[in-house]
Amino acid sequence: MSIRGEAAVVGFHELPTQKDYAGRSALGLMAEASHGAIRDAGLRKEDIDGLIAPEGINSITVAEYMRIQPHWTTSVTAHGASGATSVATASAVVAAGMAKYVLCVFGESRPRGSSRLRGENTARSPGPPTRASEWELPYGPVIAANGGYGLIKQRYMYRYGTTQEQFAKCAVDERFNAAANPNAVWYQQPVTMDDVLNSRYTNDPLHLLESVMPCSGAAAVIVTTAERAKALPNPPVYVLGASGPATRHDVIWQEDDVTVTPVVLSAPAALQMAQYSPRDIQFAEFYDCYTILVMMTLEDAGICPKGEIGGFYESTDTTYKGEFPINTDGGQIGAGQPGLAGGFRHVVEGVRQVMGRGDQRQVEKHDLCLVNG
Amino acid sequence: MAEYDKPLPRPEIPDLTQPFWDAAKRHELVLPRCLRCNQYFWYPREICPDCLQTEWEWAPASGRGRLYSFTVVRQPLLPQFADDVPYAYALVQLDEGPRMVTNIVDCEIPDGLEVDMLVEATYDDVSDDYTLVKFRPA
Repeated sequence: MSIRGEAAVVGFHELPTQKDYAGRSALGLMAEASHGAIRDAGLRKEDIDGLIAPEGINSITVAEYMRIQPHWTTSVTAHGASGATSVATASAVVAAGMAKYVLCVFGESRPRGSSRLRGENTARSPGPPTRASEWELPYGPVIAANGGYGLIKQRYMYRYGTTQEQFAKCAVDERFNAAANPNAVWYQQPVTMDDVLNSRYTNDPLHLLESVMPCSGAAAVIVTTAERAKALPNPPVYVLGASGPATRHDVIWQEDDVTVTPVVLSAPAALQMAQYSPRDIQFAEFYDCYTILVMMTLEDAGICPKGEIGGFYESTDTTYKGEFPINTDGGQIGAGQPGLAGGFRHVVEGVRQVMGRGDQRQVEKHDLCLVNG
Repeated sequence: MAEYDKPLPRPEIPDLTQPFWDAAKRHELVLPRCLRCNQYFWYPREICPDCLQTEWEWAPASGRGRLYSFTVVRQPLLPQFADDVPYAYALVQLDEGPRMVTNIVDCEIPDGLEVDMLVEATYDDVSDDYTLVKFRPA
């Protein structure tokens, strides 16, 4: 048994990603996005009987805030992959008959400058001892996830000879796409190769413009069975395959080979369920907290051979106008990372494009999209 | 000399890792090694992560390895490190197999750093109780 074609996304709504939403809470933004998605799907709140919320926010709290009665609910704890995982899980839940209409919702409301505050707070009141307090903090780690991705990129460049220009091209293409996305934090603000290469190192070899900016925002989608989807107004976006392997490390120094991602496991499994090959994929919406990650995961999904993604970007227009569009809404690098709604944006944009609602950045071929969380 | 104001190691389970810090104070490196499968592992934990047995020992290590990867810190998480930038936050692959978070010292940053270069342990006595294990070009 598989969920191939059993479930579909039938509605979505996304609030614009902004540097902050002053005076708004994550729950408030999530409720607004949910309302939009429910209406977009042609449903009423009372129809929603399944609810998936982000880790860190109990899904019951979300249900209470919106007065939804879930028949099935959970919060997903898969870090950046939570958004994609939520839709895969919702598909299985509706296919199994445990709920009829599942709302997947993610959101964040983040005060400006909170990364710096986090460092100061850690210094002032370090909290209970952890693995990090013994084996990492004494060596002065980098702020946010930049450290781990700097280590990955350094090793990857050494192993495969990928150039800084090739990484920069990835960021430039994503910012081009974001420039055409009114919901992107960098709307109408494209960058050049020189802009990326001359941006400061957050930590070598990572440039600032190859990295996500933490933002605020929210998005929601509705998942139901393929059968029920037929009666609803939007063209259904069928879930053809899904697979959820995760990393087996929590900290990067526990990974045997940092140049390989779990996508070597998830993509073949999802494609096999869908009965397609990587060559059939028309466009990709891939998790991109940093250029190095979207580039490694595209390789691991079979879009190009391992180690050759630098050359692929150099020779391929990956904008929404190009021969192989990637992160057509700008991805997180171009459109921003509103917490776990950041990873979720890849799902939302994939749905938007497949429905043919990409407006000025609509891709030409939009029947088959591969999403990675 | 100014007082050392950077975070000292704060063990989650002090009894478990005290032998490591005692050895570091003597300027020696020891690693957990499973008595069943003989694998060295890192970080220290209550079971061998390979065979899940609880019997393991602290075994002496060579202190030699290779620089698996590094990143040059410009913007530390903790403000106490601000005066040290740029410095190298690094992963060292020890000859015995495990990989540790550390700093590379006694070399030009970043020009003296190269992935896979040979490195050896050096000991930084940062307080009466704690000596940090760092690495330098071998």
